[in-house]
Amino acid sequence: MSDDKSPEKRAPEQSPENVPAPTGQVGQVGVRTGMFGVSGTGDTSGYGGLVSAVTFPAPVQRPYGGWFDEVADALEAGTRAAGVEHALGDVVVHRGEITFHVRREDLVAVVKVLRDDPALRFEFCAGVSGVHYPEDTGREFHVVYHLGSMTWNRRIRLEVTAPDSDPHVPSVTGVYPAADWHERETWDMYGVVFDGHTALTRILMPDDWPGHPQRKDYPLGGIPVEYKGGSVPPPDQRRSYN
Amino acid sequence: MSTTDAYAGTNETTEGRVFTVTGQDWDAISQGLAEEAEERVVVNMGPQHPSTHGVLRLILELEGETVTEARCGIGYLHTGIEKNMEFRTWTQGVTFCTRMDYLSPFFNEATYVLGVERLLDIEHDVPEKAQVMRVLLMELNRISSHLVAIATGGMEIGALTVMTMGFRERELVLDLFELITGLRMNHAFIRPGGVAQDLPVGALEEIRSFVALMKKRIPEYAALCNANPIFKARLEGVGHLDLEGCTALGLTGPVLRATGYPWDLRKTQPYSGYEDYEFDVQTWDTADAYGRFRVRLAEMWESLRIVEQAADRLAGLEGAPVMVADKKIGWPSQLSIGSDGMGNSLDHIKHIMGESMEALIHHFKLVTEGFRVPAGQAYVPVESPRGELGAHVVSDGGTRPFRVHFRDPSFHNLQATSVMSEGGQVADVIVAIASIDPVMGGVDR
Repeated sequence: MSDDKSPEKRAPEQSPENVPAPTGQVGQVGVRTGMFGVSGTGDTSGYGGLVSAVTFPAPVQRPYGGWFDEVADALEAGTRAAGVEHALGDVVVHRGEITFHVRREDLVAVVKVLRDDPALRFEFCAGVSGVHYPEDTGREFHVVYHLGSMTWNRRIRLEVTAPDSDPHVPSVTGVYPAADWHERETWDMYGVVFDGHTALTRILMPDDWPGHPQRKDYPLGGIPVEYKGGSVPPPDQRRSYN
Repeated sequence: MSTTDAYAGTNETTEGRVFTVTGQDWDAISQGLAEEAEERVVVNMGPQHPSTHGVLRLILELEGETVTEARCGIGYLHTGIEKNMEFRTWTQGVTFCTRMDYLSPFFNEATYVLGVERLLDIEHDVPEKAQVMRVLLMELNRISSHLVAIATGGMEIGALTVMTMGFRERELVLDLFELITGLRMNHAFIRPGGVAQDLPVGALEEIRSFVALMKKRIPEYAALCNANPIFKARLEGVGHLDLEGCTALGLTGPVLRATGYPWDLRKTQPYSGYEDYEFDVQTWDTADAYGRFRVRLAEMWESLRIVEQAADRLAGLEGAPVMVADKKIGWPSQLSIGSDGMGNSLDHIKHIMGESMEALIHHFKLVTEGFRVPAGQAYVPVESPRGELGAHVVSDGGTRPFRVHFRDPSFHNLQATSVMSEGGQVADVIVAIASIDPVMGGVDR
């Protein structure tokens, strides 16, 4: 979204192959094994038990480029004034989009600054989406907020994580009333509890539905598909290239 | 009133009596209510009710004719599309997401594909002709979607002529879709890297004659509705939500523009080359259902302008590629029309089956396994007929989406049902919801 293309230019350095070791927490979130599709090793025979790490774009250091720095400066100053020190964790700039990782206990204070600070004015919360990284130990659930500023015509992304053992994230409905249904959907699909939400009930699945369907460990194939004695395994147990 | 309805459950509830309304039984209900001697009634409207725009369930608390509380129950059309997409390749994902908001399939495809292209870093490599065709299809789709919004909105207040007119013109747009993509709905035509195939012969002439016809037909809507006293009486001042309310609730699309705020992603954050087209953002200043109707009507004009410009550009792009040049991403199959319908072109079959083993392997790998998308996440919103539609696309570097979440404007905007209808009449709830124009396929996904 940025006119300045400088974040784009840094993309090659951030691509997983070129990062020697993840500097921050955004590191390895899984392992890919299989016959094909494992790059970075000399073995092309396909029989070597190929294993490669799944890494997401690594955090970057300042300058972030373009207006990203202005937003980061204003956010840091604003949160400090609001009494939150070190609210910002890792900052990821990838493909011209910026993601701020926020500690979950600071989330409400941070979004309040983002909405109210005249230099930020992210008055538009486009939505909330959950992502489940089962192998990102201790931070299995990521809750992603897409914020927009109509005043400045900017977009940013906030990311908050919660462990599987304690899937709680504070609700932002006090700041963005429109996050109401989005948080209900994330609860419904992932089982993330949004503390402070006034009516956190299921929204898409039936009220008495067991489990949270979009979690990666949710069992598939509840209804066996049979054809002439053979049965079709659920999609996550079929042979795949991934 | 019935007490033996198999689906109604028990009449013994914690709060008051339960009536199952089946029609022709108003006397019995009013008698029953008189015995209760309580004014407050909770009415379940839907999910099977012709005026609730699909399988939307409304839970209304009434005092007489006045709505004191309105709540939505959704999820009746949930089909798990997002979860399904995680078990298909990136290209197959288009086939799923086109079915979400079934009145604006091209927008679903476009926002997903734009996200995938951003992760692939091929945004600037998509050929010009593919971009222009995307814009052309999206704007035609905007016309057909707004026609349905106006048509069903008219039907729900009893203006059946508006409905028959709206569906008559929509049919013409669907004919164009059928000509260009082969299907009236669920096209899966916009693919990562471009579009599925080139424009067929004669499509531009059909589009031009459609534009010429619509320029005669759209004024008919204006003549029938704009100053129609009954239409205005039902729409004016109904479902009022001003700019502050819209901002607080994050509403976008015609609802926001009817407050006078010219927010349109095609202008503010252009994608697919919208900055190259001349068009105006249409607004209205009444912030009510009538204003939203006028915004939609005016936007169809603007879409016609864009379609004309796109058709002119396409005339100069004959034979240009419609898929990205990178053979590791572009769909290998070349389609053509044969005597038995559309299928793989004979030239392509000859090449992979008879000439080149490598081409066959390549075709097989790309079609079955798909391509890999670098790890990361992207969110590229587009201005759908109902507001901001965005796909949060997450890749872990594999051949299938790790997670795709759709921010559907119908889902988001339906949250405004309460503020738009509480304090009004029951009949106005229908008008307020019709003015949001929710499509339940998009709401429930």
